[in-house]
Amino acid sequence: MTVQDRIKETIANNRIVLFMKGTPHFPQCGFSGRAVQILEACDAEFAAVDVLADMEIREGVKQFSSWPTVPQLYIDGEFIGGSDIVMEMYQSGELQQKLAGRPAA
Amino acid sequence: MVNPNDIKLWIEQGLERAQVDIEGDGQHFSAVIVCPDFSGKSRIQQHQMVYQALGERMKSQIHALSMRTLTPDQWAKEQGEDPE
Repeated sequence: MTVQDRIKETIANNRIVLFMKGTPHFPQCGFSGRAVQILEACDAEFAAVDVLADMEIREGVKQFSSWPTVPQLYIDGEFIGGSDIVMEMYQSGELQQKLAGRPAA
Repeated sequence: MVNPNDIKLWIEQGLERAQVDIEGDGQHFSAVIVCPDFSGKSRIQQHQMVYQALGERMKSQIHALSMRTLTPDQWAKEQGEDPE
């Protein structure tokens, strides 16, 4: 199974997936930490993938979404964005709607 | 070490009509980018346009770039809302 398949499968099997540096309890980067705090503030249950523990995934996820950085958030299979966009959507309330599975207005 | 003006230049070269306001400490940068080409684009597409303008440098030289992307109208509205 290629790394792209592994990524696809992780995203397919989990409604909310955060590819991050480190783990929710021990984020290894400020941006990843901020994304975790936002998801926790929304009481969202999410699968976290530590890209530092798997270099293949670390590079593979950047190609998968053609987005050069981590963290990367996926909800219902859709690439939502990195830490900045997740923050903006949290402030506008759009993120809470996506997390709840309602399409953004 | 990269200084903010380098990034400003690279973005403006890649996105001709962009105006870039940027700060940074050599490692972490935060930029506000206003560009008419952003209109009609999703936030992700807007950010990807900036990443494309930065190209390979995004991988090698820039570790942390936080950005806000706005169309000129959004920028004008924002300016209008909080009087200086």
